[in-house]
Amino acid sequence: MKDANSTRMKVEAGLQRRRRKERVFQLIGLLATAVGIVFLGVFFFSLIKQGASAFEQTHVRLDVEMSSEALAPDGELDLIYADFDGVIRSALRNLFPDVTGRGDRRELNQLVSIAAGYQVRDMLVEDPDLLGGKATIWVPTSANVDMLVKGKIDPGIDEAMRPVSNQQIRWVDQLETEGRIETRFNTALFTNGDSREPELAGIKGALMGSVYMLLVTVALAFPIGVAAAIYLEEFAPKNRWADLIEVNINNLAAVPSIVFGLLGLAVFINWMGLPRSAPLVGGLVLSLLTLPVIIIASRAAIQAVPPSIRQAAFGLGASRMQVVFHHIMPLALPGMLTGTIIGMSRALGESAPLLMIGMVAFIVDVPGGFTDPATALPVQVFLWADSPERAFAERTSAAIIVLLGFLLLMNLTAVIIRKRMERKW
Amino acid sequence: MTMAAMSELDVNKEPPVSPAPVEEPVDTTRKPDARSPHRPVSGQLTELLDETVGNVHCDDPFMTARDVNVYYGDNHAIRNVNLEIGKKEVIALIGPSGCGKSTFLRCLNRMNDSIDTARVTGDIRLDGMDIYSKELDPVALRARVGMVFQKANPFPKSIYDNVAYGPRIHGLAADRAELDNIVHTSLERAGLLQEVKDRLDEPGTGLSGGQQQRLCIARTIAVNPEVILMDEPCSALDPIATARIEDLMDELSEDYAIVIVTHSMQQAARVSKRVAYFHLGLLVEVDETDRIFTNPQHKLTEDYITGRIG
Ligand SMILES: Nc1ncnc2c1ncn2[C@@H]1O[C@H](COP(=O)(O)OP(=O)(O)OP(=O)(O)O)[C@@H](O)[C@H]1O
Ligand SMILES: [Mg+2]
Repeated sequence: MKDANSTRMKVEAGLQRRRRKERVFQLIGLLATAVGIVFLGVFFFSLIKQGASAFEQTHVRLDVEMSSEALAPDGELDLIYADFDGVIRSALRNLFPDVTGRGDRRELNQLVSIAAGYQVRDMLVEDPDLLGGKATIWVPTSANVDMLVKGKIDPGIDEAMRPVSNQQIRWVDQLETEGRIETRFNTALFTNGDSREPELAGIKGALMGSVYMLLVTVALAFPIGVAAAIYLEEFAPKNRWADLIEVNINNLAAVPSIVFGLLGLAVFINWMGLPRSAPLVGGLVLSLLTLPVIIIASRAAIQAVPPSIRQAAFGLGASRMQVVFHHIMPLALPGMLTGTIIGMSRALGESAPLLMIGMVAFIVDVPGGFTDPATALPVQVFLWADSPERAFAERTSAAIIVLLGFLLLMNLTAVIIRKRMERKW
Repeated sequence: MTMAAMSELDVNKEPPVSPAPVEEPVDTTRKPDARSPHRPVSGQLTELLDETVGNVHCDDPFMTARDVNVYYGDNHAIRNVNLEIGKKEVIALIGPSGCGKSTFLRCLNRMNDSIDTARVTGDIRLDGMDIYSKELDPVALRARVGMVFQKANPFPKSIYDNVAYGPRIHGLAADRAELDNIVHTSLERAGLLQEVKDRLDEPGTGLSGGQQQRLCIARTIAVNPEVILMDEPCSALDPIATARIEDLMDELSEDYAIVIVTHSMQQAARVSKRVAYFHLGLLVEVDETDRIFTNPQHKLTEDYITGRIG
């Protein structure tokens, strides 16, 4: 009786302390979570604030005359040499007839992007009947005007310190009051490859490069990784070699990614002679990079299959292959796929190894295949971040937003696959 | 020192995790000349037991185990066990926890193969055929020697697929109708059909514990094995489900040999024809069930069945 009492008293004496500890721990956890969320919020906020405007592009309305004398002096339209820019220039001149000096005219012409000429050409290709007529078109302004209209260039500072001159600002103001200026969705960002002109630069090339690379990576790394994991878990003898391999795989997962780039350069490009800057090589390198991740995740998934299932199958006389493919695989697949997608996400975000295999080049054309020169999204981010033009700053943020969107999509897929395939036992 | 003794010593020096070849854990030690010298049984135990008392033989032996030793790394879990199991007989393995009943049971269908550290020596025959012979595929053996585990372990598949799995992998049914038939009779014999016949496509894991165990039995008998090994099949069941399974065993023993591990004396007395008492890896006594429970020969057996050990 006395003993029971003392136990109760001791427990009660300690209870206060235990509760306090628990509260403190909860508080710390809450704080840690809050700090994490705040950082994430600041990151997203600044990113979106920076990058949102890149999804819009300032356009100017011009009335162009598709005069046959200017475009087809020989009576036939020459799509390569015809002076489409001249048409735009004269449209601008018509808007500001009092601008006469050579230098002033050049400044005037700089208001409009060089994309305007291409736009006229494309219109004529589509509808040759326009030749000789008049048309009202919206063409993109130059990046500097775009920045000015978006308020990213302060007209108040000294003229020498900003890329637009006083008279250019006047012209833009006039165009704005005439209702000729408008910001529209920046389709170029999604349909073009890289360009020296920010208003022409798009991420499609980099996006396609990344897609091709990931295709190569998933096609190689998933089957190889899963096969290796199954072999190591189910078939390989458990001996010193297996331990050695295990340690090596774990270490491989921690090797800095740039080392894989060097390996890719030495093996795939210099020795095997594969083309530089190609998504194929990038994909090969990224497969090497993701393989250890996939193997480790797949092995963990296999180990998580309850041994009783394995025993039941063996006890019925299933062969090892049958046990693996009828019982282990279906149960381990969600984990394997999650691991694969995590690996892919990592591969998608890698830029260092790609620098080593030449995927950092300035490539205008959107790659159409696995051996076309290409860059990748993170490399594009790096390239744009390195550019001096102000307009590239917001495009950098936009590219990061697209990259994050891509990542989010992949992780979402992982979650959905998990939820769909998860089984209870 | 003989060559055989040397090789035995070498083997014993290996660390616990050392690689016994997974498929054929007995190869090297199984050559007849290399087999005999076993690790000495500790002094006290040898005093306790020179030889299994009672009668290890039976009239119509179907499985015979001779000089079986099992090692888990350095742990000598089964020592020199000799036992015969008759055709269509129920034999119960009893003994205190950790004495090696499950280990011995697993030797009979080579389930020890999948335990990396386990090493089996000795000679076990099924109907005269050496089941540890190199040529024998454990897959073929396990189709003839089925197993029911202590904890019900249905596959996370439908009830139907659970039962149909064995016949499917062994190609026992020519067509769907035949497979249906096998599934139904197996469930029927396991006494489960009435309860599940309307929900054969529901997951087997959704059944109650007792139903799951009967499902596992149905799954085992669907392959139509010649021997069924049961490792404490009723340990998680209520008395009603236990009685059901005992009835089932009675019925099954008309066609199969059944080896059952149990901790329940009553169960052993009810279902088995013979009883084998294990103690610390030794097979102490084997005899007709009545004799074991009424007139045990060995003191250890007597102590155990009267509740003084275990
Ligand atoms: N997988 C294993 N790995 C290593 N040692 C094992 C393994 N399984 C069993 N053992 C050892 O072998 C000995 C016998 O174990 P076993 O499981 O056969 O006992 P048991 O008689 O079935 O006991 P219980 O009645 O508690 O089930 C024990 O000392 C145990 O520690
Ligand atoms: Mg046991």
